[in-house]
Amino acid sequence: MRRANGDIGVFQQVMTAGRVVIVTMAICCLLYGLAILLIGQGLFPRSANGSLVCDEHGNVVGSELLAQGFARPENFWPRPSAVDYNASAAGGSNWSPKNPELRGRGRAMAARLGADSGHALPADLATASGSGLDPHITLAAAKYQAERVAAARGLSVATVTGLLERQAVRPGGALTPEPVVNVLQLNLALNRLGKHHE
Amino acid sequence: MSLIFSVLILGLAVMLSWPLAKGMIWAMCPGGQAGGFRQGLETLFQKVGGPAAVEGQDWKAYCRAMLLFNACMFAVVLAVLSLQRFLPLNPDGKGALEPSLIFHTAASFTTNTNLQHYSGEVSMSYFSQIFGLMWLQFVSAATGLAALAALARGLSGKTEVGNFYRDLMRATFLVLLPLAVVLAVLLVLGGVPMTLEGAATAQTLEGAVQTIARGPVAAFVAIKQLGTNGGGFFGPNSAHPFENPSFFTNLVTCVSIPLLPMACVWMFGRITGRMRHAAIVFAVMAALLMVKVGLAVHFESAPAAAFAGLPVQVTGNLEGKELRFGAAAGPVWGALTTATSNGSVNCMHDSLNPLTGLVPLIGMWLNVTFGGVGVGLINMFIYIIVGVFICGMMVGRTPEYMGRKVETREMKLALLALLVHPLFILGGTALFASTSWGLAAVHNPGAHGFTEILYEFSSAAANNGSGFEGLGDNTVPWNVATGIIMLLARFIPIVLPLAIAGSLAAKKPTPETVGTLRTDTPLFGWVILGSVVFIGALLFLPVAVLGPIAEHLAVAGK
Repeated sequence: MRRANGDIGVFQQVMTAGRVVIVTMAICCLLYGLAILLIGQGLFPRSANGSLVCDEHGNVVGSELLAQGFARPENFWPRPSAVDYNASAAGGSNWSPKNPELRGRGRAMAARLGADSGHALPADLATASGSGLDPHITLAAAKYQAERVAAARGLSVATVTGLLERQAVRPGGALTPEPVVNVLQLNLALNRLGKHHE
Repeated sequence: MSLIFSVLILGLAVMLSWPLAKGMIWAMCPGGQAGGFRQGLETLFQKVGGPAAVEGQDWKAYCRAMLLFNACMFAVVLAVLSLQRFLPLNPDGKGALEPSLIFHTAASFTTNTNLQHYSGEVSMSYFSQIFGLMWLQFVSAATGLAALAALARGLSGKTEVGNFYRDLMRATFLVLLPLAVVLAVLLVLGGVPMTLEGAATAQTLEGAVQTIARGPVAAFVAIKQLGTNGGGFFGPNSAHPFENPSFFTNLVTCVSIPLLPMACVWMFGRITGRMRHAAIVFAVMAALLMVKVGLAVHFESAPAAAFAGLPVQVTGNLEGKELRFGAAAGPVWGALTTATSNGSVNCMHDSLNPLTGLVPLIGMWLNVTFGGVGVGLINMFIYIIVGVFICGMMVGRTPEYMGRKVETREMKLALLALLVHPLFILGGTALFASTSWGLAAVHNPGAHGFTEILYEFSSAAANNGSGFEGLGDNTVPWNVATGIIMLLARFIPIVLPLAIAGSLAAKKPTPETVGTLRTDTPLFGWVILGSVVFIGALLFLPVAVLGPIAEHLAVAGK
């Protein structure tokens, strides 16, 4: 049998390792990264830059994919966020299911949204998402807030509910029976609705 | 719907793994005539690597080359992370990292673990992400594939098990890179950002300023998922809407978690020429995986116990979960990502119901229900050897595997490889649970706090990388302890099985007789299933009772 490593010294081994480092880095980081960058920026520039949403003046008002901290009565509110909707340091609460702080937040959200045992709060409004940036709420959670929003905007509840129904989507079709709505888009649509009425 | 979703994910992965394995054989074991395309590539790899990439290596030389190259990987990324401030592609001006965090991160990504004690969007420049961490996501996964190819060649009787450098280039360029390109394009299509621009600033509708971190995410997420790496671009990993914006991206990234580990089993069967044996191993792994997925989905359909008695509607546990993926997506992903040593998450495991949280722990303790790319099957090989040995003892014959006698030396090595895993998990947990190192880091009260410590050590020892992320683990003791464990738990269970294969290959083949324990029958499937379940239960049942089971009973009792 040919003796392995018979004439290959340590120096040669290190040289080869170094060359493989350089080649893999050049192809897997530089070329691959550039290729995907070109495809992204060339074909899908909007989403490749973060699905940013602009107002009519071209100012960035947020990202379609990220929640922001709506708190005024005339806007729909998103799910609670463990990081206060910080899109540069995202995260979840990491509270265990029995953690008293989780209970405290659930109680606070129920009080804030006027829930009682006859009119229970949809669970997504009591829980924080994993990223703290979940852009959606369930349709049920939106309907739960429709009365408040309608009153604050001087619209009829039927108008607001109609808008909700139009905005609601099932993200996975039949596989996700619970419809959800994107809170930022919903509030933008409400603003546009207000403008038409004026 | 949860059932259909789970079946869809697993079914797609199983179906894709078969043709993928054929491609992997084309990549890892080139035949073909001289002058053909594949041989041309081979010549190119030899030229690139130089003399040390040409020679045939026995298991010792192969391991030496692997360790040398992995040392280079570690050193290069140590340098990249240490010099982050001075390197380009840093539009948001990320500063210096703490030394123990640099050590931990380099060890974590070199070992295919991707345990992260930092948040990507807070700490890492685009250069560190791409040229440091993403590079390691390619070459560490390739190291696993190379090691499995070498093990399979050794077990098929070859004393020359291949050439590490060429195997690494084959795995990187011909297996991982094409898959990553396809997945990255799908992700870009699904809305994942891919930009070198720094963070965007938005003036929200209510007048607040929101800084939106972004970056070259799609390229990163693709190889993170495929290579059983799991280290996210952002802190919350695949729960972040920029890593995983929709139901569609969640589906494709979830399927890509078990894809390569499944294909590795078929590749092993093809190289050793024992496809029926591979099918038995595959069936055992798949059966265990399906049980875990089913249990996780079931336990997570109960609401968080904290809401009992509050005016909150009763649904599945939504804390730490994103709505766009649907109800079953979190637990399915959680089971898959820990069964395969991936470690990415699409929900926060710390907030899982107690018994759901036990499923990822079991995944990491066993670490063989497909396991990491390449290394999952190498771990299973240890259980197979032990199973063969126990059966041999029961019938009073010298045990055999693949036509070679398994004797004292092989068994010593196998048991050593088997026992380092629980030693690191239980030893580390015991040390940190009894000192302020662990107790000061705990985020949740009661038994759950113990589980946080246990989970972190399980994740490090299994080279998984997921976490109960409430744990305040970016401290010097945690960084050093889990860093060292990841390194040892990566390389000991690769080198020892290769030593066993080398030792078996050096023996004379024993002819198969009627008395030989056949490894391609359902009976043998039960044997390895029993080895995995009973050894796993013996090693880890006590800590399971102290952590998640105690927590579950405390919750249920009130």
